[in-house]
Amino acid sequence: MAATAETIQQVKELGDRYKYGFSTDIESDMAPKGLSEDIVRFISAKKEEPEWLLEWRLKAYRHWLTMPEPEWAFVDFPQIDYQDAYYYAAPKTGDKPKSLDEVDPKLLETYAKLGIPLREQEVLAGVEGAPKVAVDAVFDSVSVGTTYKKQLEAKGIIFCAISEAIQTHPELVRKYLGSVVPAADNKHSCLNSAVFTDGSFVYIPKGVRCPMELSTYFRINQENTGQFERTLIIADEGSYVSYLEGCTAPMRDENQLHAAVVELIALDDAEIKYSTVQNWYPGDENGKGGIYNFVTKRGACRGRNSKISWTQVETGSSITWKYPSCILQGDNSVGEFYSVAITNNRQQADTGTKMIHIGKNTKSTIISKGISAGHANQTYRGLVRIQPGAEGARNYTQCDSLLIGDKCGAHTVPYIEAKNSSARVEHEATTSKISDEQLFYCRQRGLSDEEAVALIVNGFCREVMRELPMEFAVEATKLVGISLEGSVG
Amino acid sequence: MLKIENLHVEVDGKEIIRGLDLEVPKGEVHAIMGPNGAGKSTLSYTLAGRDGYTVTDGKVTFRGRDLLDREPEERAADGLFLGFQYPVEIPGVATLTFLKTAVNAVRRQRGEAEYDAMQFMKLVRGKAKDLNISDEMLKRPVNVGFSGGEKKRNEILQMAVLDPAFCLLDETDSGLDIDALKVVADGVNALRGPERGMLIITHYQRLLDHIVPDRVHILAEGRIVESGDKDLALELEKKGYASFGTDRAA
Repeated sequence: MAATAETIQQVKELGDRYKYGFSTDIESDMAPKGLSEDIVRFISAKKEEPEWLLEWRLKAYRHWLTMPEPEWAFVDFPQIDYQDAYYYAAPKTGDKPKSLDEVDPKLLETYAKLGIPLREQEVLAGVEGAPKVAVDAVFDSVSVGTTYKKQLEAKGIIFCAISEAIQTHPELVRKYLGSVVPAADNKHSCLNSAVFTDGSFVYIPKGVRCPMELSTYFRINQENTGQFERTLIIADEGSYVSYLEGCTAPMRDENQLHAAVVELIALDDAEIKYSTVQNWYPGDENGKGGIYNFVTKRGACRGRNSKISWTQVETGSSITWKYPSCILQGDNSVGEFYSVAITNNRQQADTGTKMIHIGKNTKSTIISKGISAGHANQTYRGLVRIQPGAEGARNYTQCDSLLIGDKCGAHTVPYIEAKNSSARVEHEATTSKISDEQLFYCRQRGLSDEEAVALIVNGFCREVMRELPMEFAVEATKLVGISLEGSVG
Repeated sequence: MLKIENLHVEVDGKEIIRGLDLEVPKGEVHAIMGPNGAGKSTLSYTLAGRDGYTVTDGKVTFRGRDLLDREPEERAADGLFLGFQYPVEIPGVATLTFLKTAVNAVRRQRGEAEYDAMQFMKLVRGKAKDLNISDEMLKRPVNVGFSGGEKKRNEILQMAVLDPAFCLLDETDSGLDIDALKVVADGVNALRGPERGMLIITHYQRLLDHIVPDRVHILAEGRIVESGDKDLALELEKKGYASFGTDRAA
């Protein structure tokens, strides 16, 4: 378990407060500031995209212009000036690298500082029994290095940058892109559809169990560059894949907009497990700076007996607006949502899920753990909808909030719409505080204030943490402590 | 080892400890007995450093250094262990995880190498067995759903694993039936030794049948009003607290 030990060591070595506040000096090939049809054409041309995709982008852009900003979420921020941002920035590497050796060493260094070096993957390959993780690294907007491709190719698995998939597997991309999250779904997804620059593409063929966790580490690096990642994962009949997404960003003074779209498609008997650890710059103690994370994530359980499971640990961003959802179309399909959201200082989060039961005997589970400290505000917003045809559908929802201090807030807004009388829907919610007794008990046993809070909060989140793949869980446990530093005492 | 001089403590502006003097040398077990409201728990919380217990006068020396200016976790690292009257529940945190975190936090503060999983399990297994604590109980969240006896045995397990220089036990016998009392007392007795001091705070004499103290002190209205050997506890049991310089009955 060399990698796990290394990761623990690296997380330990990270300094105070926000650990990833550095930026790498790499030349960028940038589009001019602002957003227009020309910029959309520029991006599409840069990527040498087919005509149908350019048309798709332009349609989305024109629709985006007509859409109002969504205002229903319980978050507060100044109006975004979409013309004051860059929509395309790619590290200048000339021709695409053939191997990691050809990747800019500075990029590799950046990942090393994040505690997740690309090279670790190669080391891992030589370690017997070590977990295998394939990384498709997204640096700003263009994928710069992809590992393990050969091993995956042998199984017929496609794991590459979506820009590459557009060139090499246009039929798959065209069939599924926008089929779960239509361009016009919401203002942010619509913008993404118009200007997305890169992201990951995964296709697991029929009956194949992906032999390793697939992983992408995102990193926003260019000043004022909005990040518009697009991820598309298709699990064909009887296949299985576990996908990890981890994110960090360097410290910036100006707010950065991030509007990603993730689409998952599970066909008959297929299963997709999607895990996220999100640790983008949350802004300083006064709420200055930080990332706006406006993400649309949705999975479609199209096939019978299919399953989609979302697990997320959200500790970063100044504003989080995110509802990973499942459309349970196939009979007996299963949707799961396990979430830990931590907000400290002036962070705001409005997050939750939607479970749409369409097929018969569909089942969903929602476990949401919200932790609020400092002046932070957090809302769980969830929808459980049972359609008339969803005979025998079942949902279980548990929403727990933990407050640290007396200036933060936690809100729970569940929507339940049951249109089939055979459905069973359960909702449980609790709100609690870390007590002085608990803190004192831990300190009497030798733990510092901050170690005590981290331990208690990790206990509170345990049901979610145990859903994470092992190598991710270690990092996430450390992050819980890091993100709550300074919240007591 | 522990020396308390003229200690005065206020809680919520009310003076509870009023000029308490006490010395426990290493290798000795002392018992403090007292009626409800005498200040027994206030004394234990003050020694452990809990917020809200304000020392207005006096001095406490522990292993040759001033105790009162130390943070609670520093006192723990210095070797002061408090067995709680009401052990606290920590949902979701396995007892084993809690123990390991505590042991390593203390070792880190002392500049000692942390235990790895193997070393730690070896340490815990033996001690848990002595206290009749099963693996299943170690996996359960700290004190959540534990019976009264299980909670107290868990306190003694933590004490055994942390191996403190000084054990302060606050009403460890409360809520225990006679069998559980025996297990707990055996656990405490196993920790008696020439280098370790103990202060056992209790309301009833029965615990002292099992843990025989070197000295017994009677605490009333915030002061030690009488000290003696183990027979003092028996005498107290017969006569009641009223006859020992206090008009407050037990």
